[in-house]
Amino acid sequence: MPTEIGQDLIELTREIAAKELRPKVDEAERSAAPEAAATRAGGADDAFPRDVFRTLGEAGLMSLPYSEEYGGGEQPYETYLQVLEEIATAWMSVAVGVSVHALTCYPVAVFGTEEQRSRLLPEMLSGELLGAYCLSEPLAGSDVGSMTTRATRDGDTYRIKGRKAWISHAGHADFYTTFARTSDDGGRGLSCFIVPADAPGLSFGAPERKMGLHCDTVREVIFEDVPVAADRRIGDEGQGMAIALSALDAGRLGIAATATGLAQAALDVAASYAKERHQFGRPIADNQGLAFLLADMEAAVTSARATYLHAARLRDADRMFSKEAAVAKLVATDTAMRVTTDAVQVLGGAGYTQDWPVERYMREAKVTQIFEGTNQIQRLVISRHLLG
Amino acid sequence: MNIVVCVKYVPDAQSERGFDASDNTTDRENVDGLLSELDEYAVEEALKLVEAGEGEVTVLTIGPEQAADAVKKALQMGADKGVHVSDAAISGSDAPATSLVLAEAIRKIGGADLVLTGMASTDGSMSVVPAMLAERLGLPQVTFASELTVDGDTVTIRRDGDAASETITASLPALVSVTDQINEPRYPSFKGIMAAKKKPVERWSLADLGIDSSQVGLGAAWTKVEDVTKRPPRQQGTIVPDEGDGGARLAEFLASQKFI
Ligand SMILES: Cc1cc2nc3c(=O)[nH]c(=O)nc-3n(C[C@H](O)[C@H](O)[C@H](O)COP(=O)(O)OP(=O)(O)OC[C@H]3O[C@@H](n4cnc5c(N)ncnc54)[C@H](O)[C@@H]3O)c2cc1C
Ligand SMILES: Cc1cc2nc3c(=O)[nH]c(=O)nc-3n(C[C@H](O)[C@H](O)[C@H](O)COP(=O)(O)OP(=O)(O)OC[C@H]3O[C@@H](n4cnc5c(N)ncnc54)[C@H](O)[C@@H]3O)c2cc1C
Repeated sequence: MPTEIGQDLIELTREIAAKELRPKVDEAERSAAPEAAATRAGGADDAFPRDVFRTLGEAGLMSLPYSEEYGGGEQPYETYLQVLEEIATAWMSVAVGVSVHALTCYPVAVFGTEEQRSRLLPEMLSGELLGAYCLSEPLAGSDVGSMTTRATRDGDTYRIKGRKAWISHAGHADFYTTFARTSDDGGRGLSCFIVPADAPGLSFGAPERKMGLHCDTVREVIFEDVPVAADRRIGDEGQGMAIALSALDAGRLGIAATATGLAQAALDVAASYAKERHQFGRPIADNQGLAFLLADMEAAVTSARATYLHAARLRDADRMFSKEAAVAKLVATDTAMRVTTDAVQVLGGAGYTQDWPVERYMREAKVTQIFEGTNQIQRLVISRHLLG
Repeated sequence: MNIVVCVKYVPDAQSERGFDASDNTTDRENVDGLLSELDEYAVEEALKLVEAGEGEVTVLTIGPEQAADAVKKALQMGADKGVHVSDAAISGSDAPATSLVLAEAIRKIGGADLVLTGMASTDGSMSVVPAMLAERLGLPQVTFASELTVDGDTVTIRRDGDAASETITASLPALVSVTDQINEPRYPSFKGIMAAKKKPVERWSLADLGIDSSQVGLGAAWTKVEDVTKRPPRQQGTIVPDEGDGGARLAEFLASQKFI
């Protein structure tokens, strides 16, 4: 059970979700879709919900899991993740954005020196800034260790050259938490940098034309000899891979929580529709065949929530949680895919139209099985833990 | 400037609302409740006034145990302290009795330069408590303010009517009820939630206020609610296919409903 503060935070999140997110999500997602964005001069950029992140930031919901000393909320992961789940029931793109932002702050909070933390974190955690996480590349997705973006040291400055792919918030973020190669030593040759958005030589590709999650703008980030002060390198040279993997352990829990919220939203729509819609002279929910489908959806959502909360509690107790985080990501995102697909089924033809949100939920669920480590990669992580 | 804001804990309009079958009063035990949304405007206005100058904001509520949540929400928004008057004997009170308890509580707080209230509660919505309260406290009552400024000892408000907009001034101390046009209430924040935990909340009973229980509650009410009936569910609308006579049939319908 959440603490009193946790409960108050969840209530605050519900209020903001009801008043600020739900009224906007349909229109915003629709106008950020590639077909709609193509008809506007500003394209998908116009629809990026930067103002919504500011509202959440002002309420202190963008920095919950980090130390109060630097402006965070110092909340247990258990509370932070339930807040994320709540946001996701209203607006998946925004929930993913909050999770990504938390990920971008992680390297500094955990691997930064005392000096770097006090210099960089207060702004990052202020709620006014939004971060982007630059790990993936066109030719290095699951295989992070094969990245080619390179940071070359030149006195007190590094110059970063290369191309990052699939970067959420690209073009809208205020800083880019970037991984780049500082030596040819494979996975041991990576380092982590905090690159400010106004650094010269930083540019962006066109927004990707995605299946869904349209308000999560994703683009390539192009580094053309971008100068970054050496005191913005986080951790030692070569420590990048370890930092990235550690951050992803925490990030995966975020994605598990958002996927659970998405599944819950789909289930809520399906259950209320099943009670209203009549066929054969009675509500469709009165058919046990359909009621059992809904029961399975409920069981799946509850199980997903239990797996992410279990991993969160281990983390809050400073225990190992890497395997459990991978299990939670796998279970919750597969659940989101199945439950959203079944929700479309429960609504029949209506579910397949844009008059109801479940077709959008289904499109949004798919990506949760792909990013922050595909679900095949989660199985790789789990089996390595299991088999040593 | 010290401000007392009267806030009411009301059943959540989102959830099923009902009446207590035994005495036809609003069921406040078995429902989720919250700070009346219309009172958030009064809290916000008080916070803005104090932030621009100095002084303290005290929130005051009369209500059951759970009404503490309304005080907590106002403290999370930024109010400095809370007073919660709770006493089983108050249950079923009418507007005169409610205003009596509020008046005595404000006296015990030590008065205020400004008393702010909402324009109406979102459950009873009689809009009379502010006027009665001003009368009991002997304060000028300035109601339905859509704009409020304080300059020295004078409060100036704008009241928007159907035909005209009035500007009204009164000398402080005064009581002002505010509308939902006056501002955009802030959300609590993480910092507000943490700070609220440390803010003082007084709990007072009728005895603490020197009010005899025979003066309040259902027994003392000037009116009695004989019967309550749930509004029937909305009927499906009438669809008038336009076969050339659409305009006439529309007018006919509106006339039959006494709209024209
Ligand atoms: C909407 C969206 C937002 C994103 N946001 C970000 C971001 O902000 N920052 C960022 O850095 N990245 C981001 N990504 C990138 C994302 O993390 C990658 O897409 C993901 O890691 C997979 O990489 P890939 O697309 O190159 O697929 P690949 O690695 O090419 O994988 C293709 C297929 O092969 C499978 N596969 C690969 N290796 C193995 C293996 N060893 N065993 C079994 N199967 C395997 C995969 O599971 C997958 O099914 C985002 C992606 C999307 C779609
Ligand atoms: C069906 C029904 C019928 C009723 N009929 C009558 C009737 O005929 N006569 C009668 O006298 N009463 C009646 N009442 C009771 C009346 O609603 C309550 O007595 C209530 O306390 C008075 O006001 P209100 O909620 O309408 O407040 P309003 O006058 O609408 O409230 C205005 C403002 O006063 C302040 N305020 C009101 N109540 C409180 C509180 N408890 N604590 C702190 N601040 C408060 C708030 O700032 C609020 O915004 C009825 C109630 C019901 C449910």
